[in-house]
Amino acid sequence: MGDLVRVRRHRFAGRHDRAATTEPRWVGLLLLATTVVFLGLFLLLPLVTVFTEALRKGAGAYFASFGDPAALAAIRLTLTVAAIAVPLNLVFGVTAAWAIAKFEFRGKSFVTTLIDVPLAVSPVISGAIYVLLFGLQGLLGPWLSAHGLQVIFAVPGIVIATVFVTVPFIARELIPLMQEQGIEDEEAALTLGASGWQTFRRVTLPNVKWALLYGVILCNARAMGEFGAVSVVSGHIRGKTNTMPLQVEILYNEYNFVAAFAVASLLALLALVTLALKTLVERLSAAAVTLDSGLPAAEEI
Amino acid sequence: MIRRLDPSWLLAAVLLLGSLGCGGGGEQQAAGRQPITLLNVSYDPTRELYRDYNEAFAAHWLKETGQTVTLEMSHGGAGKQARAVIDGLEADVVTLALAYDIDAIASRAQLLPAGWQARLPHNSAPYTSTIVFLVRKGNPLQIRDWDDLVRPDVAVITPNPKTSGGARWNYLAAWAFALKRELGDLSRLQDPAQADAVAAAEVVARRFVTDLFARVPVLDSGARGSTNTFVQRQIGDVLLAWENEAFLAVNELGPDVVDIVVPSLSILAEPSVALVDVFADKHGTRAVAEAYLEWLYSPTGQRIAAKHYYRPVDPQHADPADLARFPDVELVKIDEVFGGWANAQRIHFDDGGTFDQIYVPGP
Amino acid sequence: MAFLARRHSVLPGFGPTLGFSFLYLSLVVLIPLSLLFFRSADLGWGGFWNVITSPRVVAACRLSFGAAFAGAAVNAVCGLVVAWTLVRYRFPGQRLLDAVIDLPFALPTAVSGIALTTLYAPTGWLGRPLDAIGLKGAFSPLGVTIALTFIGLPFVVRTLQPALEDLDLDQEEAAAVLGASRWRTLRRIVLPAITPALLTGFALAFARGLGEYGSVVFISGNMPMRTEIAPLLIVAKLEQYDYAGAAAIAVLLLVASFLLLLTINLLQRWSGRRHMRGA
Repeated sequence: MGDLVRVRRHRFAGRHDRAATTEPRWVGLLLLATTVVFLGLFLLLPLVTVFTEALRKGAGAYFASFGDPAALAAIRLTLTVAAIAVPLNLVFGVTAAWAIAKFEFRGKSFVTTLIDVPLAVSPVISGAIYVLLFGLQGLLGPWLSAHGLQVIFAVPGIVIATVFVTVPFIARELIPLMQEQGIEDEEAALTLGASGWQTFRRVTLPNVKWALLYGVILCNARAMGEFGAVSVVSGHIRGKTNTMPLQVEILYNEYNFVAAFAVASLLALLALVTLALKTLVERLSAAAVTLDSGLPAAEEI
Repeated sequence: MIRRLDPSWLLAAVLLLGSLGCGGGGEQQAAGRQPITLLNVSYDPTRELYRDYNEAFAAHWLKETGQTVTLEMSHGGAGKQARAVIDGLEADVVTLALAYDIDAIASRAQLLPAGWQARLPHNSAPYTSTIVFLVRKGNPLQIRDWDDLVRPDVAVITPNPKTSGGARWNYLAAWAFALKRELGDLSRLQDPAQADAVAAAEVVARRFVTDLFARVPVLDSGARGSTNTFVQRQIGDVLLAWENEAFLAVNELGPDVVDIVVPSLSILAEPSVALVDVFADKHGTRAVAEAYLEWLYSPTGQRIAAKHYYRPVDPQHADPADLARFPDVELVKIDEVFGGWANAQRIHFDDGGTFDQIYVPGP
Repeated sequence: MAFLARRHSVLPGFGPTLGFSFLYLSLVVLIPLSLLFFRSADLGWGGFWNVITSPRVVAACRLSFGAAFAGAAVNAVCGLVVAWTLVRYRFPGQRLLDAVIDLPFALPTAVSGIALTTLYAPTGWLGRPLDAIGLKGAFSPLGVTIALTFIGLPFVVRTLQPALEDLDLDQEEAAAVLGASRWRTLRRIVLPAITPALLTGFALAFARGLGEYGSVVFISGNMPMRTEIAPLLIVAKLEQYDYAGAAAIAVLLLVASFLLLLTINLLQRWSGRRHMRGA
């Protein structure tokens, strides 16, 4: 108990524990208690609720929920959508980061802001804009319909809405890092005769691999979990255009609480795996930074 | 690991997945013995009904024609569903809560002719329903009729009339009850000589419905949401519900949780069905879609409707045991009291209409 | 694209990468969003004004802004305590708590929605005690605030953590040596240094709360004038075939979001300058 609360050793070198920079013991305990209670009530309890509600009628009922073809179709659709949206945004994130981080050009802040826009837009609006664009009463709807193309209320519409809400995730992880790293490494490689493509693969990509992975993990979590935008463009056809979050809503509205929370528990597991991976990547990249630089970080000067 | 990831492979994978996804979206259906898919866009409480009916119809169609038909369903609030069809959810048939919602599809998107309601018997309503009360077991507050709903000790649960078809029926039934109480005989509504009395009664009805909605603590967007609020969340003392939803709640939750109370007067709700011509022709599904709707009027269709607590229009085909479950209640028609849906919608539910004027935030 | 004149660089690939990025952003973000403005322009200024000043829209916006603000404020206080504890103290289970901060971000909003509703409904674990003291958790403005607090927490904590880690302990020590009480040091040295980060976190949480839909629709009860949030009203307008009205409310929310984005960028620039000056 005596060691329970003590000053945390600061991460950076050259700094030591100092009594003058801590609060009295009782304040520390109070802060700690507040943190634990607040996080417990606000974060952990909802998570626990998902699993207890899912298992309320026992493991049998829980697993039976996944025998429903509609639930399986929802899982399949969610995986498909993520498998399309994440690679698209991966390609976009890398190209955008290359252009923005490695070059100076006018209008750069405009492009950067544009990348951030989906974060600031309500998910409902993200869905609605595609209804206005691709819907039968919208701009392109009549043309699409005449050519037998179904975008909205079908898989393509769900993919596009998902792409919209996940545009920023990978680019935002890469841009600051690549800006910080500058272009010296790449210039050196080019001087040594590497082609542009080789430079990218051999120099740039290894430098940003952890940030890239981090972005992909976040992007994937959001792609699989998006509700508002997808709900507007889905059409809710059973076994066809319902993603897992939509299936949760439908089951919940059908009095089928066990099944709703069972599907929700899969999504919660996904969230936990995401958090675990994220923590792992953070730790690995921190380790890589200390190994790579060897010296005290140059940026500190 | 990342180093060996060749971007050209990635691009190929993206294109492949993209093309797979798009391939799944397109729909082609040839007529004839090819398997065929039909999309029925419906409202919330019909899930169980159409699950049964679809199975029976698919078997029937296979036997009659040798063709396999797969039925796809989409459920949601009636307004939301109609909106989705207008925006291009390519339903072959729609089976919605109100004629008004199908009218909207006809008028706003011209996906079916304006006269759609005359194409099938009984105003295109193969089954009807009504509004009843669901109360806590043993009816502790002794709720018997619409009057009791405005008592200060009673909290009423209903969905939002702006978004739920069922809630519009609830609202209109309450309004009709107040008119009937004031006028004694609803036929006086049609009598020009009674205009003054009718006007006075309308004022009272407006007051009555205002008081009723002042007793509503939660206004969900759909019928299912309200039932969940009442039953699972234990909010409110009485739920205004579709008759079939009320029976379903009793069945699903056990008869020891809730009771059904039948008021002295309620409204004849006619959930309508229609073929969406433009989409059915586009998919080449007109024949099977028409058969699908017509078969709802067949003995089998009527029996399945009654089994799921919808009142069949041809009761002689239904199981008498199922029919015996329907309580006797005086049902008024929307055409007689409100001059039809378009009228009721315009006066009561459009933006700025009566509902918007009377619904004020409660305590 | 003449305005995109670039400075000389030896690196290849500027044209194609920027071209592709800009095309992608235009197709996915810019064109669809600008359509929204055109759609609301159908109404004209008068119509637009009528929509956004109608009582139901005003009530929904008041709730959305109010609850998002309250949630962000709760997070600014509690999030500061959490971030401070996580940065300055060590205790068993700390890493777990630190990892779990991002849960609201990783958990699909529909899942958060049904979990919070179950928890705060009058029959739920937390709803029952709240009910006992006369407070309604779910289906009330309080429920909306709770959901938005849940959603916004990671934004505040994750913005504060790096700022707290970058604090110069020497300054705190110097203040203590010069005889300042701990409380005074915190107020005079620490708080001013982290204010930009705190405000940024607050603004991010506020912006997120303003647009949040999934977790709120379940817990709010969706009563017009009382617990209806602005994003839900957009959906409701769409369901009533009122596309222009829906677009008008969407434009209103968008403008608010952009102003917040702008504020956040300015705040970040401010905190950037602070750091530079301090170095």
